Amino acid sequence: MNSILVIAEQRRGELMPSSLECIGAAVELKSSNNSTVIVAIIAANASEFVSQLSLEGVDEVITIVSPVAHFQADFSEAAALSLINDRQPSLVLAPHSVDAWGYIPALATTGNYGIASDVFAIRYEDGNLIATRAAYAEKLHQELEFPSYATTVLTVRGNTFKVIEQSGNPVVSDFAAPAVDLRTKHIEYIEPEGGGEVDITQAELMLSIGRGIAEEDNVEQFAELADNMGFTLGCSRPIADNGWLPKYRQVGQSGKTVANCQVYIAMGISGSVQHMAGMKHVANIIAVNTDPEASIFSIARYGVVADIFDIAEELETHFE
Amino acid sequence: MKILVPVKQVAVLDEDFELRDDGKDVDVDFLDYELNEWDDFAWEAALQLQEQHGDVIEIVPMTVGPEEASDSLLKCLGKGGERAIRVWHESLQDSDPAVIARVIAKVAQREQADMVFAGTLASDHGYSQTGVSVAAELNWAKAAVVSKVNISPNASCIQVNRELEGGLEESIEVQCPAVLTIQLGINEPRYASLRGIKQAKAKPIEVLSHTDLGLQDSDVGIAGSRSRVRRMVMPAKGQAELIEGSVVEQAARLADIVKQLRGGV
Ligand SMILES: Cc1cc2nc3c(=O)[nH]c(=O)nc-3n(C[C@H](O)[C@H](O)[C@H](O)COP(=O)(O)OP(=O)(O)OC[C@H]3O[C@@H](n4cnc5c(N)ncnc54)[C@H](O)[C@@H]3O)c2cc1C
Repeated sequence: MNSILVIAEQRRGELMPSSLECIGAAVELKSSNNSTVIVAIIAANASEFVSQLSLEGVDEVITIVSPVAHFQADFSEAAALSLINDRQPSLVLAPHSVDAWGYIPALATTGNYGIASDVFAIRYEDGNLIATRAAYAEKLHQELEFPSYATTVLTVRGNTFKVIEQSGNPVVSDFAAPAVDLRTKHIEYIEPEGGGEVDITQAELMLSIGRGIAEEDNVEQFAELADNMGFTLGCSRPIADNGWLPKYRQVGQSGKTVANCQVYIAMGISGSVQHMAGMKHVANIIAVNTDPEASIFSIARYGVVADIFDIAEELETHFE
Repeated sequence: MKILVPVKQVAVLDEDFELRDDGKDVDVDFLDYELNEWDDFAWEAALQLQEQHGDVIEIVPMTVGPEEASDSLLKCLGKGGERAIRVWHESLQDSDPAVIARVIAKVAQREQADMVFAGTLASDHGYSQTGVSVAAELNWAKAAVVSKVNISPNASCIQVNRELEGGLEESIEVQCPAVLTIQLGINEPRYASLRGIKQAKAKPIEVLSHTDLGLQDSDVGIAGSRSRVRRMVMPAKGQAELIEGSVVEQAARLADIVKQLRGGV
């Protein structure tokens, strides 16, 4: 029978939540594709994840015991390859995560599979798989198809598919992956720098600045404005990378998720998927940007197409 | 030790644009091009290694793209390196990242490169596939999203940091030869000097086609791709209420909205 395989991920003993979203996507698709859903987990202690992965709609959970405790690209690739060979799924889903970036493209090359990354919609039309992803800095969407591939691997964008809450009763089995040469070796994890003077994950009101501020000297003006408004100052990655603001103020995939934020003002931020990962859930997003097509407007409640310096200068007069 | 640095000239959409007649991509008349930001960091990482270790390290930028893509190579050569490689043929049109990776791998073999430094992703389509696919084509070790590199020339392994989610990093050892995909912020890319820009124009850019690299037409373009664009679609318009008027009016309205929302918190 046709199957959809989900490759779940864990890090340091914790299941990555994006894995559950992939399971949600697979279960949503299974009826249109008339297939079973298989979830595989690769970990040194793989069996410990079985109950978390045993969700309604999942037909089988497969544990693959890794010889190492941490993500290792060669092992993940070889394990996935031999499992796919064994089960012949037509579709393989994995989170669009940093670990997946490290081996999924290689898996598709070695196994001769179709592939698309950062996919946020998946459907079948007349039995043909169609995946939608962004293009041109999120300003357009492209629909991809994969003719002539018996198996296609998709990495799935986070916060897109629903997580299944009900537990199920899948068959559980173990799969022995082949031994391979492990060409990278874990040394240690390096924790992010400490919280500093503020914890933006607690902030309810945030004003974040992006590359639109152009120069380091301009930071001060926005810091003052945020202060006068009673907002916490945040930033996009280039501002932190340049050292203009400390890393603990960075919002996004490699920064922080502003979990408690109610109002988020984005000034001169384009709205990359990695920035949005940390703030797109906020109920009231206000975007100020000179580019009317900037993707930040697609998730904003209020949009202002204007120069941030003009707006900031005027806003100051309202918050003194 | 030779480091190959594949760079991409990314496309930036004009404010108003039209799709091609087949609806599968944007009409090239509405695109501007620039060097992919991530590749600027990758090239800088190579330049810094060469400065540290001298001539035992050779660095070569390459791109897959038409004549215009030479601008990106010139930008690299303006900062260093002695030569560059550009691969193009019309049958490479509409290639997906898997095909681009196949071409880069062939160049790496031809050059007998020891390392490939690719960008983590490109800002136009954000595939984040190319570098790691190159590693598979070559059967080399790989590390993606690298935020720190520590290399001694000719050592059998190197130490790098991978940047994970939430600012966590992982330090790992990687066996050589290897492909690294380089992340933003790993260094501070320099600006080319005027003299450098001038000198770059005299540096050779070797132009190759896929057949020069031993690839067939069926290996490239749509035929060789692992995905095929069906169509481009405009995303549904967001729900944003646009605040219009003069700057004074916009700011006043914004202030009202902020005060009202702030009151609710
Ligand atoms: C693995 C990985 C992790 C990442 N993690 C993060 C992360 O945690 N956080 C993050 O932010 N990014 C992250 N990034 C980087 C991300 O891809 C983008 O490069 C980044 O978000 C861009 O920041 P920006 O929007 O400020 O800059 P840009 O994309 O350059 O946008 C600047 C915007 O400012 C506008 N603008 C310019 N001047 C003005 C003006 N005067 N007035 C009004 N508007 C103006 C422009 O129209 C443009 O829209 C990550 C990338 C990778 C690969």
